[in-house]
Amino acid sequence: MFSVDTKRGNRVNELSYYPGCSLDGTAREYDESIRGVCEMMDISLHELEDWTCCGASSAHCTDEHLAIELAARNLAIAERGDRELLVPCVACYSRFKAAEKEVREHPESWETAYQGKVNIRYALDFFCQDSLMDTVGEKVVTPLSDLKVACYYGCLSVRPPEITGVRNYEDPQHMDRLMSVLGAEPLPWSYKTDCCGASLFMTRTDIVRSLTHRLLEMAKEADADCLVTGCTICQANLDGRQDDVGREFGQKYDLPIFYYTELMGLAMGHRDVKKWLGRHLTDPTKLLSSKGLMK
Amino acid sequence: MMESMRSEMDAKDMETGKGERITDPSFSSLIAQESGENLLACYQCRKCSAGCPVAHAMDILPHQVIRMVHFGHKERVLASNTIWICASCYTCSVRCPNDIDIAKIMDVLRHTALRSGVRPGERDIPIFHSAFLDSIKSKGRIHELSMIWQYKSKTRDFMKDAALGWRMFRKGKIKLFPSKFGGGRELKSVFSRYEKGK
Repeated sequence: MFSVDTKRGNRVNELSYYPGCSLDGTAREYDESIRGVCEMMDISLHELEDWTCCGASSAHCTDEHLAIELAARNLAIAERGDRELLVPCVACYSRFKAAEKEVREHPESWETAYQGKVNIRYALDFFCQDSLMDTVGEKVVTPLSDLKVACYYGCLSVRPPEITGVRNYEDPQHMDRLMSVLGAEPLPWSYKTDCCGASLFMTRTDIVRSLTHRLLEMAKEADADCLVTGCTICQANLDGRQDDVGREFGQKYDLPIFYYTELMGLAMGHRDVKKWLGRHLTDPTKLLSSKGLMK
Repeated sequence: MMESMRSEMDAKDMETGKGERITDPSFSSLIAQESGENLLACYQCRKCSAGCPVAHAMDILPHQVIRMVHFGHKERVLASNTIWICASCYTCSVRCPNDIDIAKIMDVLRHTALRSGVRPGERDIPIFHSAFLDSIKSKGRIHELSMIWQYKSKTRDFMKDAALGWRMFRKGKIKLFPSKFGGGRELKSVFSRYEKGK
Protein backbone atom coordinates (compact mmCIF):
# COMPACT_ATOMS: atom_id res chain seq x y z
CA MET A 1 0.00 0.00 0.00
CA PHE A 2 2.98 2.33 -0.08
CA SER A 3 2.68 5.00 -2.71
CA VAL A 4 4.68 8.06 -3.61
CA ASP A 5 2.91 11.38 -3.48
CA THR A 6 4.70 13.06 -6.35
CA LYS A 7 3.32 16.54 -5.66
CA ARG A 8 4.89 16.78 -2.25
CA GLY A 9 7.59 14.20 -2.80
CA ASN A 10 6.59 12.52 0.45
CA ARG A 11 5.96 8.87 1.02
CA VAL A 12 2.37 8.55 2.07
CA ASN A 13 0.86 5.53 3.67
CA GLU A 14 -2.69 5.11 4.79
CA LEU A 15 -3.62 2.31 7.15
CA SER A 16 -6.74 1.24 8.99
CA TYR A 17 -6.03 0.95 12.70
CA TYR A 18 -7.57 -1.34 15.31
CA PRO A 19 -6.14 -0.34 18.71
CA GLY A 20 -7.91 -3.00 20.79
CA CYS A 21 -9.05 -2.76 24.39
CA SER A 22 -5.66 -2.86 26.16
CA LEU A 23 -4.40 0.09 24.16
CA ASP A 24 -7.51 1.95 25.24
CA GLY A 25 -6.56 1.31 28.90
CA THR A 26 -3.55 -0.26 30.61
CA ALA A 27 -1.35 -0.19 27.50
CA ARG A 28 -1.96 3.48 26.65
CA GLU A 29 1.73 4.13 26.12
CA TYR A 30 1.80 1.52 23.34
CA ASP A 31 -1.06 3.32 21.58
CA GLU A 32 0.53 6.73 22.11
CA SER A 33 3.95 5.58 20.93
CA ILE A 34 2.63 3.77 17.87
CA ARG A 35 0.69 6.88 16.83
CA GLY A 36 3.78 8.99 17.52
CA VAL A 37 6.06 6.79 15.46
CA CYS A 38 3.58 6.60 12.58
CA GLU A 39 3.31 10.37 12.55
CA MET A 40 7.09 10.67 12.25
CA MET A 41 7.08 8.18 9.39
CA ASP A 42 4.28 9.91 7.47
CA ILE A 43 1.91 7.04 8.01
CA SER A 44 -1.67 8.05 8.69
CA LEU A 45 -3.80 5.80 10.82
CA HIS A 46 -7.56 5.61 10.41
CA GLU A 47 -9.07 4.11 13.53
CA LEU A 48 -11.90 1.68 12.72
CA GLU A 49 -15.25 3.19 13.49
CA ASP A 50 -17.17 1.45 16.26
CA TRP A 51 -14.65 -1.30 16.77
CA THR A 52 -15.39 -3.80 19.51
CA CYS A 53 -13.34 -6.31 21.48
CA CYS A 54 -11.79 -9.15 19.43
CA GLY A 55 -13.02 -11.64 22.05
CA ALA A 56 -9.47 -12.39 23.23
CA SER A 57 -8.68 -15.55 25.24
CA SER A 58 -12.01 -15.56 26.99
CA ALA A 59 -13.98 -16.05 23.77
CA HIS A 60 -11.80 -18.80 22.33
CA CYS A 61 -11.75 -20.58 25.69
CA THR A 62 -15.54 -20.47 25.82
CA ASP A 63 -17.06 -20.98 22.38
CA GLU A 64 -15.82 -21.22 18.80
CA HIS A 65 -18.66 -19.14 17.32
CA LEU A 66 -18.16 -16.31 19.79
CA ALA A 67 -14.43 -16.34 19.08
CA ILE A 68 -14.75 -16.18 15.29
CA GLU A 69 -17.76 -13.87 15.03
CA LEU A 70 -16.58 -11.28 17.60
CA ALA A 71 -13.29 -10.98 15.73
CA ALA A 72 -14.89 -11.06 12.27
CA ARG A 73 -17.21 -8.17 13.15
CA ASN A 74 -14.18 -5.86 13.26
CA LEU A 75 -12.68 -7.33 10.11
CA ALA A 76 -15.95 -6.67 8.28
CA ILE A 77 -15.67 -2.99 9.25
CA ALA A 78 -12.08 -2.93 8.01
CA GLU A 79 -13.13 -4.58 4.75
CA ARG A 80 -15.34 -1.60 3.90
CA GLY A 81 -12.19 0.51 3.58
CA ASP A 82 -9.55 -0.37 1.04
CA ARG A 83 -6.57 -0.35 3.37
CA GLU A 84 -4.32 -2.73 5.22
CA LEU A 85 -5.29 -3.17 8.86
CA LEU A 86 -2.64 -2.38 11.45
CA VAL A 87 -3.08 -4.34 14.70
CA PRO A 88 -0.69 -3.54 17.56
CA CYS A 89 -1.93 -6.09 20.11
CA VAL A 90 -0.71 -9.57 19.37
CA ALA A 91 -3.71 -11.23 21.02
CA CYS A 92 -6.12 -9.32 18.76
CA TYR A 93 -3.89 -10.11 15.79
CA SER A 94 -3.93 -13.81 16.57
CA ARG A 95 -7.72 -13.85 16.95
CA PHE A 96 -8.14 -11.92 13.69
CA LYS A 97 -5.91 -14.30 11.78
CA ALA A 98 -7.74 -17.30 13.24
CA ALA A 99 -11.08 -15.75 12.17
CA GLU A 100 -9.68 -15.00 8.72
CA LYS A 101 -8.60 -18.63 8.29
CA GLU A 102 -11.98 -19.98 9.36
CA VAL A 103 -13.97 -17.52 7.23
CA ARG A 104 -11.86 -18.35 4.17
CA GLU A 105 -11.96 -22.11 4.68
CA HIS A 106 -15.52 -22.58 5.98
CA PRO A 107 -17.51 -19.47 5.00
CA GLU A 108 -20.80 -21.33 5.43
CA SER A 109 -20.14 -21.99 9.14
CA TRP A 110 -20.13 -18.40 10.40
CA GLU A 111 -22.61 -15.57 10.46
CA THR A 112 -20.51 -12.63 9.39
CA ALA A 113 -20.31 -10.07 6.62
CA TYR A 114 -16.56 -10.54 6.49
CA GLN A 115 -15.27 -12.14 3.30
CA GLY A 116 -11.64 -12.70 4.22
CA LYS A 117 -10.20 -9.91 2.10
CA VAL A 118 -8.41 -7.66 4.61
CA ASN A 119 -4.63 -7.66 4.76
CA ILE A 120 -4.12 -7.95 8.54
CA ARG A 121 -0.73 -6.69 9.71
CA TYR A 122 0.72 -7.15 13.17
CA ALA A 123 2.41 -3.83 13.94
CA LEU A 124 5.81 -5.33 14.85
CA ASP A 125 5.92 -7.31 11.59
CA PHE A 126 4.82 -4.19 9.74
CA PHE A 127 7.67 -2.04 11.07
CA CYS A 128 10.14 -4.88 10.55
CA GLN A 129 9.61 -5.12 6.79
CA ASP A 130 12.82 -4.20 4.96
CA SER A 131 11.52 -1.08 3.22
CA LEU A 132 10.26 0.44 6.49
CA MET A 133 13.34 -0.57 8.42
CA ASP A 134 15.39 1.54 5.96
CA THR A 135 13.11 4.53 6.61
CA VAL A 136 13.48 4.03 10.36
CA GLY A 137 17.26 3.91 9.99
CA GLU A 138 17.24 7.23 8.12
CA LYS A 139 15.21 8.88 10.86
CA VAL A 140 17.35 7.83 13.81
CA VAL A 141 18.78 10.94 15.48
CA THR A 142 19.82 9.41 18.82
CA PRO A 143 21.29 5.95 18.28
CA LEU A 144 20.60 3.78 21.32
CA SER A 145 24.32 3.04 21.77
CA ASP A 146 25.33 0.78 24.66
CA LEU A 147 21.73 -0.23 25.33
CA LYS A 148 21.72 -4.01 25.69
CA VAL A 149 18.25 -5.32 24.95
CA ALA A 150 16.68 -8.75 25.25
CA CYS A 151 14.00 -8.97 22.56
CA TYR A 152 11.02 -10.79 24.01
CA TYR A 153 8.62 -12.01 21.33
CA GLY A 154 6.37 -14.09 23.59
CA CYS A 155 3.94 -16.61 22.14
CA LEU A 156 1.40 -15.32 19.70
CA SER A 157 3.62 -13.00 17.66
CA VAL A 158 5.39 -16.11 16.36
CA ARG A 159 3.12 -19.10 17.03
CA PRO A 160 1.45 -20.90 15.41
CA PRO A 161 3.56 -20.21 12.28
CA GLU A 162 0.75 -21.10 9.87
CA ILE A 163 -1.09 -18.09 11.33
CA THR A 164 1.83 -15.69 11.88
CA GLY A 165 3.93 -16.62 8.86
CA VAL A 166 7.09 -16.42 11.01
CA ARG A 167 9.49 -19.08 9.74
CA ASN A 168 12.11 -19.12 12.50
CA TYR A 169 9.54 -19.26 15.28
CA GLU A 170 11.89 -20.88 17.82
CA ASP A 171 14.53 -18.17 17.38
CA PRO A 172 12.98 -15.17 15.63
CA GLN A 173 15.25 -12.31 14.60
CA HIS A 174 13.07 -9.51 13.20
CA MET A 175 12.77 -7.45 16.41
CA ASP A 176 16.50 -7.97 16.99
CA ARG A 177 17.17 -6.48 13.54
CA LEU A 178 14.92 -3.51 14.31
CA MET A 179 16.83 -2.89 17.55
CA SER A 180 20.15 -2.98 15.65
CA VAL A 181 18.79 -0.38 13.23
CA LEU A 182 18.03 1.83 16.26
CA GLY A 183 21.63 1.43 17.37
CA ALA A 184 20.90 -0.83 20.35
CA GLU A 185 22.63 -4.13 21.00
CA PRO A 186 20.19 -7.07 20.82
CA LEU A 187 21.45 -9.99 22.90
CA PRO A 188 21.11 -13.67 22.11
CA TRP A 189 19.07 -15.46 24.77
CA SER A 190 17.02 -18.63 24.95
CA TYR A 191 13.72 -17.34 26.30
CA LYS A 192 12.62 -15.11 23.44
CA THR A 193 9.46 -17.06 22.79
CA ASP A 194 8.67 -18.53 26.20
CA CYS A 195 5.26 -17.84 27.72
CA CYS A 196 4.81 -15.25 30.53
CA GLY A 197 1.56 -16.79 31.79
CA ALA A 198 -0.55 -14.52 29.61
CA SER A 199 -4.24 -14.64 30.32
CA LEU A 200 -3.68 -16.19 33.76
CA PHE A 201 -2.53 -12.73 34.92
CA MET A 202 -5.52 -12.13 37.19
CA THR A 203 -6.46 -15.67 38.08
CA ARG A 204 -3.35 -17.77 38.72
CA THR A 205 -0.88 -15.04 39.59
CA ASP A 206 1.32 -17.69 41.24
CA ILE A 207 1.97 -19.25 37.82
CA VAL A 208 2.53 -15.84 36.24
CA ARG A 209 5.06 -14.96 38.95
CA SER A 210 7.01 -18.18 38.45
CA LEU A 211 7.15 -17.73 34.67
CA THR A 212 8.04 -14.04 34.78
CA HIS A 213 10.69 -14.82 37.40
CA ARG A 214 12.37 -17.20 34.98
CA LEU A 215 12.19 -14.67 32.16
CA LEU A 216 13.67 -11.88 34.29
CA GLU A 217 16.43 -14.20 35.55
CA MET A 218 17.33 -15.33 32.04
CA ALA A 219 17.37 -11.77 30.71
CA LYS A 220 19.66 -10.81 33.59
CA GLU A 221 21.90 -13.80 32.91
CA ALA A 222 22.15 -12.66 29.28
CA ASP A 223 23.37 -9.30 30.69
CA ALA A 224 20.38 -7.36 29.39
CA ASP A 225 19.68 -3.78 30.53
CA CYS A 226 16.02 -4.14 29.62
CA LEU A 227 13.48 -6.21 27.70
CA VAL A 228 11.59 -5.15 24.60
CA THR A 229 8.21 -6.53 23.63
CA GLY A 230 5.25 -6.00 21.34
CA CYS A 231 2.68 -7.73 23.54
CA THR A 232 0.54 -5.82 26.01
CA ILE A 233 0.06 -8.76 28.38
CA CYS A 234 3.77 -9.63 28.41
CA GLN A 235 4.55 -5.98 29.13
CA ALA A 236 1.99 -5.78 31.94
CA ASN A 237 3.11 -9.05 33.54
CA LEU A 238 6.83 -8.27 33.38
CA ASP A 239 6.59 -4.57 34.23
CA GLY A 240 3.86 -4.66 36.85
CA ARG A 241 4.78 -7.82 38.73
CA GLN A 242 8.52 -7.19 38.97
CA ASP A 243 8.39 -6.06 42.62
CA ASP A 244 6.17 -8.99 43.67
CA VAL A 245 8.42 -11.48 41.87
CA GLY A 246 11.51 -9.95 43.47
CA ARG A 247 9.96 -10.25 46.95
CA GLU A 248 8.84 -13.83 46.40
CA PHE A 249 12.19 -15.04 45.08
CA GLY A 250 14.44 -12.83 47.22
CA GLN A 251 15.83 -10.85 44.28
CA LYS A 252 15.93 -7.23 43.29
CA TYR A 253 14.95 -6.57 39.71
CA ASP A 254 15.15 -3.28 37.94
CA LEU A 255 14.64 -4.22 34.32
CA PRO A 256 12.56 -1.76 32.30
CA ILE A 257 10.13 -3.42 29.87
CA PHE A 258 9.80 -1.31 26.72
CA TYR A 259 7.45 -1.49 23.81
CA TYR A 260 9.55 -1.53 20.61
CA THR A 261 7.65 1.58 19.48
CA GLU A 262 8.84 3.50 22.55
CA LEU A 263 12.45 2.75 21.65
CA MET A 264 11.75 3.73 18.02
CA GLY A 265 10.32 7.04 19.29
CA LEU A 266 13.32 7.55 21.57
CA ALA A 267 15.84 6.93 18.78
CA MET A 268 13.90 9.10 16.32
CA GLY A 269 13.61 11.90 18.88
CA HIS A 270 9.86 12.02 19.44
CA ARG A 271 8.81 14.82 21.79
CA ASP A 272 6.49 12.67 23.95
CA VAL A 273 8.81 9.82 24.92
CA LYS A 274 8.97 10.97 28.55
CA LYS A 275 5.19 10.91 28.81
CA TRP A 276 5.02 7.36 27.43
CA LEU A 277 7.74 6.08 29.73
CA GLY A 278 6.16 7.84 32.70
CA ARG A 279 3.39 5.25 32.61
CA HIS A 280 5.72 2.33 33.35
CA LEU A 281 5.68 0.77 36.81
CA THR A 282 9.37 -0.18 36.56
CA ASP A 283 10.90 3.25 35.93
CA PRO A 284 13.12 3.27 32.82
CA THR A 285 14.44 6.84 33.19
CA LYS A 286 17.36 5.93 35.44
CA LEU A 287 18.69 3.41 32.93
CA LEU A 288 18.24 5.78 29.98
CA SER A 289 19.90 8.68 31.84
CA SER A 290 22.87 6.48 32.76
CA LYS A 291 23.30 5.67 29.05
CA GLY A 292 23.03 9.34 28.12
CA LEU A 293 19.82 8.70 26.20
CA MET A 294 17.58 10.90 28.30
CA LYS A 295 18.09 14.11 30.21
CA MET B 1 10.47 -37.42 40.83
CA MET B 2 6.89 -36.44 41.62
CA GLU B 3 6.23 -36.03 37.95
CA SER B 4 7.50 -39.45 36.99
CA MET B 5 5.62 -41.10 39.86
CA ARG B 6 2.46 -39.36 38.86
CA SER B 7 2.74 -40.41 35.25
CA GLU B 8 3.54 -44.01 36.19
CA MET B 9 0.53 -44.14 38.45
CA ASP B 10 -1.66 -42.73 35.76
CA ALA B 11 -0.32 -45.17 33.21
CA LYS B 12 -1.06 -48.03 35.59
CA ASP B 13 -4.55 -46.71 36.24
CA MET B 14 -5.16 -46.53 32.57
CA GLU B 15 -3.94 -50.08 31.97
CA THR B 16 -6.08 -51.59 34.67
CA GLY B 17 -8.97 -49.22 34.42
CA LYS B 18 -8.68 -48.55 38.17
CA GLY B 19 -9.52 -45.09 39.40
CA GLU B 20 -11.62 -44.46 36.34
CA ARG B 21 -15.08 -45.82 36.63
CA ILE B 22 -16.84 -44.08 33.84
CA THR B 23 -15.68 -44.18 30.26
CA ASP B 24 -17.48 -42.84 27.24
CA PRO B 25 -16.47 -44.53 23.99
CA SER B 26 -17.87 -41.69 21.89
CA PHE B 27 -15.75 -39.04 23.65
CA SER B 28 -12.67 -39.57 21.51
CA SER B 29 -14.54 -39.23 18.21
CA LEU B 30 -16.44 -36.17 19.49
CA ILE B 31 -13.21 -34.35 20.36
CA ALA B 32 -11.56 -35.46 17.12
CA GLN B 33 -14.52 -34.21 15.12
CA GLU B 34 -14.85 -30.85 16.88
CA SER B 35 -11.13 -30.11 16.74
CA GLY B 36 -10.54 -31.57 13.30
CA GLU B 37 -7.38 -33.14 14.73
CA ASN B 38 -6.22 -36.74 14.36
CA LEU B 39 -5.67 -37.70 17.99
CA LEU B 40 -4.84 -41.26 17.02
CA ALA B 41 -1.58 -40.03 15.51
CA CYS B 42 -0.25 -39.46 19.05
CA TYR B 43 2.43 -42.00 19.98
CA GLN B 44 2.99 -40.60 23.49
CA CYS B 45 6.47 -39.13 22.91
CA ARG B 46 5.71 -36.57 25.65
CA LYS B 47 7.26 -33.69 23.75
CA CYS B 48 4.13 -31.59 24.43
CA SER B 49 4.43 -32.12 28.18
CA ALA B 50 8.21 -31.60 28.18
CA GLY B 51 7.93 -28.17 26.57
CA CYS B 52 4.77 -26.98 28.31
CA PRO B 53 5.62 -23.91 30.44
CA VAL B 54 2.70 -24.49 32.81
CA ALA B 55 2.89 -28.30 33.13
CA HIS B 56 4.08 -27.92 36.74
CA ALA B 57 0.65 -26.61 37.73
CA MET B 58 -1.42 -29.22 35.85
CA ASP B 59 -3.06 -32.25 37.42
CA ILE B 60 -2.87 -34.25 34.18
CA LEU B 61 -0.02 -33.63 31.71
CA PRO B 62 -0.88 -32.76 28.09
CA HIS B 63 0.23 -36.14 26.63
CA GLN B 64 -1.88 -37.86 29.29
CA VAL B 65 -4.89 -35.76 28.30
CA ILE B 66 -4.57 -37.05 24.74
CA ARG B 67 -4.34 -40.65 25.92
CA MET B 68 -7.27 -40.25 28.30
CA VAL B 69 -9.38 -38.81 25.51
CA HIS B 70 -8.51 -41.93 23.45
CA PHE B 71 -9.69 -44.10 26.29
CA GLY B 72 -12.92 -42.16 26.76
CA HIS B 73 -12.12 -40.89 30.28
CA LYS B 74 -14.47 -38.02 29.73
CA GLU B 75 -15.20 -36.93 33.27
CA ARG B 76 -11.62 -37.00 34.41
CA VAL B 77 -10.45 -34.90 31.48
CA LEU B 78 -13.30 -32.39 31.64
CA ALA B 79 -12.92 -31.94 35.41
CA SER B 80 -9.13 -31.58 35.22
CA ASN B 81 -7.47 -28.27 36.00
CA THR B 82 -5.18 -28.85 33.00
CA ILE B 83 -7.67 -27.62 30.43
CA TRP B 84 -7.98 -24.29 32.31
CA ILE B 85 -4.30 -23.90 33.20
CA CYS B 86 -3.30 -24.26 29.54
CA ALA B 87 -2.33 -20.71 28.52
CA SER B 88 -2.78 -21.35 24.76
CA CYS B 89 0.88 -20.54 24.07
CA TYR B 90 0.99 -23.13 21.23
CA THR B 91 4.42 -24.48 22.20
CA CYS B 92 3.02 -28.03 22.21
CA SER B 93 1.25 -27.59 18.88
CA VAL B 94 4.35 -26.40 17.00
CA ARG B 95 6.57 -29.12 18.46
CA CYS B 96 4.31 -32.15 18.02
CA PRO B 97 6.08 -34.51 15.60
CA ASN B 98 2.68 -35.71 14.38
CA ASP B 99 1.26 -32.25 13.79
CA ILE B 100 -1.48 -32.55 16.38
CA ASP B 101 -2.72 -29.08 17.37
CA ILE B 102 -2.87 -29.82 21.09
CA ALA B 103 -3.71 -26.19 21.98
CA LYS B 104 -6.76 -26.46 19.75
CA ILE B 105 -7.79 -29.69 21.45
CA MET B 106 -7.55 -27.87 24.80
CA ASP B 107 -9.92 -25.21 23.43
CA VAL B 108 -12.41 -27.88 22.36
CA LEU B 109 -12.12 -29.59 25.77
CA ARG B 110 -12.88 -26.28 27.53
CA HIS B 111 -15.93 -25.74 25.31
CA THR B 112 -17.09 -29.31 25.97
CA ALA B 113 -16.54 -28.93 29.72
CA LEU B 114 -18.62 -25.74 29.84
CA ARG B 115 -21.46 -27.36 27.91
CA SER B 116 -21.37 -30.53 30.00
CA GLY B 117 -21.93 -28.65 33.25
CA VAL B 118 -19.09 -30.54 34.97
CA ARG B 119 -17.53 -28.70 37.94
CA PRO B 120 -14.40 -27.03 36.53
CA GLY B 121 -11.01 -28.09 37.91
CA GLU B 122 -10.11 -24.40 38.42
CA ARG B 123 -12.54 -22.08 40.17
CA ASP B 124 -11.45 -18.59 39.14
CA ILE B 125 -10.44 -18.99 35.49
CA PRO B 126 -13.92 -19.77 34.07
CA ILE B 127 -15.34 -16.98 36.28
CA PHE B 128 -12.81 -14.58 34.76
CA HIS B 129 -13.75 -15.59 31.21
CA SER B 130 -17.42 -15.12 31.97
CA ALA B 131 -16.85 -11.65 33.50
CA PHE B 132 -14.75 -10.75 30.46
CA LEU B 133 -17.46 -11.83 28.01
CA ASP B 134 -20.15 -10.02 30.00
CA SER B 135 -18.10 -6.86 29.67
CA ILE B 136 -17.95 -7.24 25.87
CA LYS B 137 -21.67 -7.95 25.72
CA SER B 138 -22.65 -4.87 27.69
CA LYS B 139 -19.96 -2.38 26.68
CA GLY B 140 -18.60 -3.62 23.35
CA ARG B 141 -15.04 -3.17 24.54
CA ILE B 142 -13.32 -4.34 27.69
CA HIS B 143 -13.54 -1.62 30.27
CA GLU B 144 -10.89 -3.02 32.57
CA LEU B 145 -12.08 -1.41 35.80
CA SER B 146 -15.68 -2.63 35.62
CA MET B 147 -14.66 -6.04 34.26
CA ILE B 148 -12.24 -6.54 37.17
CA TRP B 149 -14.88 -5.36 39.64
CA GLN B 150 -17.34 -7.91 38.29
CA TYR B 151 -14.75 -10.68 38.43
CA LYS B 152 -13.83 -9.79 42.00
CA SER B 153 -17.42 -9.60 43.14
CA LYS B 154 -17.78 -13.23 42.06
CA THR B 155 -14.51 -14.50 43.54
CA ARG B 156 -14.85 -12.32 46.70
CA ASP B 157 -11.09 -11.77 46.61
CA PHE B 158 -11.00 -7.98 46.71
CA MET B 159 -7.55 -7.52 48.21
CA LYS B 160 -5.58 -9.54 45.67
CA ASP B 161 -3.63 -7.14 43.43
CA ALA B 162 -5.28 -4.10 45.04
CA ALA B 163 -1.87 -2.46 45.52
CA LEU B 164 -0.91 -3.14 41.89
CA GLY B 165 -4.23 -1.66 40.77
CA TRP B 166 -3.58 1.50 42.76
CA ARG B 167 -0.07 1.89 41.27
CA MET B 168 -1.51 1.47 37.78
CA PHE B 169 -4.20 4.02 38.52
CA ARG B 170 -1.58 6.56 39.61
CA LYS B 171 0.30 6.00 36.34
CA GLY B 172 -2.81 6.86 34.34
CA LYS B 173 -3.31 3.28 33.15
CA ILE B 174 -6.80 2.78 34.55
CA LYS B 175 -9.61 4.31 32.59
CA LEU B 176 -12.48 5.40 34.81
CA PHE B 177 -15.31 5.39 32.29
CA PRO B 178 -16.01 3.02 29.40
CA SER B 179 -15.78 4.23 25.80
CA LYS B 180 -18.97 4.67 23.84
CA PHE B 181 -19.66 2.32 20.97
CA GLY B 182 -22.40 1.85 18.41
CA GLY B 183 -22.27 -1.84 17.50
CA GLY B 184 -24.69 -2.99 20.17
CA ARG B 185 -27.25 -4.67 17.96
CA GLU B 186 -24.70 -6.76 16.08
CA LEU B 187 -23.03 -7.87 19.30
CA LYS B 188 -26.37 -8.78 20.78
CA SER B 189 -27.08 -11.15 17.91
CA VAL B 190 -23.62 -12.78 18.20
CA PHE B 191 -24.22 -13.37 21.91
CA SER B 192 -27.81 -14.55 21.52
CA ARG B 193 -26.70 -17.20 18.98
CA TYR B 194 -24.10 -18.36 21.49
CA GLU B 195 -26.59 -18.42 24.35
CA LYS B 196 -29.10 -20.43 22.31
CA GLY B 197 -26.45 -22.93 21.25
CA LYS B 198 -25.13 -23.52 24.79
